[in-house]
Amino acid sequence: MTGVPLNVDWQQILLHLLNFTILFGALYILLYKPVKDFMKGREDHYAEMDSKAELALADAESSKEAYAAKVKAFDEEVKAEKTEMSKAVEAERERRISAAKTEAEKIVADARSAADREKSEILASAQKEITDMVTEAMEKLTLEQSASDAFDQFLDAAEETK
Amino acid sequence: MSKSERKKAIIIFSALSLVFLIGAILTGGNEEKHESVQEVMRDSVLHDLNKISLLGIKDVNPGLIAAFTVSGFLIVFALICRIFVIPRFKLVPGKFQMLLETVVGIFDGMAKSSSEHINSFLGAYIFTAGTYIFTGTLFELFGVQAVTTAGHPISLPAPLSDVNGAIMMGCLSYLVIMSGGIAGNGVKGIGKTLKDFSLPISMSFRLFGALLSGALVTELVYYYSALSYVLPVIVGVLFTLLHALIQAYVLTMLTSMFYGEVAEKVEKKPKDKTKTRRGKKRITVVKQDRAS
Repeated sequence: MTGVPLNVDWQQILLHLLNFTILFGALYILLYKPVKDFMKGREDHYAEMDSKAELALADAESSKEAYAAKVKAFDEEVKAEKTEMSKAVEAERERRISAAKTEAEKIVADARSAADREKSEILASAQKEITDMVTEAMEKLTLEQSASDAFDQFLDAAEETK
Repeated sequence: MSKSERKKAIIIFSALSLVFLIGAILTGGNEEKHESVQEVMRDSVLHDLNKISLLGIKDVNPGLIAAFTVSGFLIVFALICRIFVIPRFKLVPGKFQMLLETVVGIFDGMAKSSSEHINSFLGAYIFTAGTYIFTGTLFELFGVQAVTTAGHPISLPAPLSDVNGAIMMGCLSYLVIMSGGIAGNGVKGIGKTLKDFSLPISMSFRLFGALLSGALVTELVYYYSALSYVLPVIVGVLFTLLHALIQAYVLTMLTSMFYGEVAEKVEKKPKDKTKTRRGKKRITVVKQDRAS
């Protein structure tokens, strides 16, 4: 090979090329592709796991939100019921108070009427007693007067008999 | 390990090293060198002395035989991995699975970061090229022996220290870049690739130069038996490892970078006529002002 610098041999270049091409094909089929496929498969596997976890997380979040909404609704319901109950209790209290008031008023009125009646009865009995007492006193007085008169008459009669 | 055991181990290791050193010195004088260091280095560059017969069909450079050997080793390794390792891959990887995934992931990631849209072929190409350059460069460390046509034993060099191998790799990388240009931009992609017409030459000779320099230094060091102690640990092993990594990274990085550049789709910008008119008006006003 004279005239070609560094003894470059085109045939040997092509043989090197053939060698490299075979090596490329073999390494691609036997090593590069299977390893890359495995890595891709694993990446997909983890991506799938990740997406599943994200879905589960989203599900959990939505469940949490639903539960929170339910709890909120329940709280509101309880609150409303409490308000209603307290209103009912208040109304009952009012009713009972007014009933008690009415009863008290009735009792007072009854007591008043009873007291009045008793008063009038006492007054009547007192009046009768006073009348009786006056009558008795008058009778006594009258009797005393008639006795002294009788005694005087007796004395007069006695004197006359003498 | 207790202190006494450690001492024992050090003593045995030192004694063995000494015995081997003495043995190497005593037996070293009988070796016959069939070529001078100048010839060895000249042959490393020009490959005109030592040829190896390719199955009796043709005499070829040792680099080509090294290329076949490296490819054969890589294919067998890939086959073993495919049959025994990959089917046992687990979701949580072990050490070896981690190594394979890291290597594939590095090149795949490099391809994806350089060319977002078209990268599947690029990834496979730079994976093969990177693995080939790295393994091929480390191959020279093992000193696999072959017999030249002249009947002398020779250590097979790195495949890419052969200029033909380096030219193949540089030109193929350029063609791959061009294919990216065509896939991304059609005929315009060819034009964009042809703008960097020096790329195949620079890529080829960068590889050739880097690996040749490594080969030359190694040849020089191993040629003299006096330099063959301790020094090869640094020059032979560390430097070879380092430049295997660097060359694999440089070629794959350059290829993916240029590929991404030419494969990127060019979007036509709509011409803003008002801007041009205003610009012209402004220029006219400035000119008028100056004239006045």
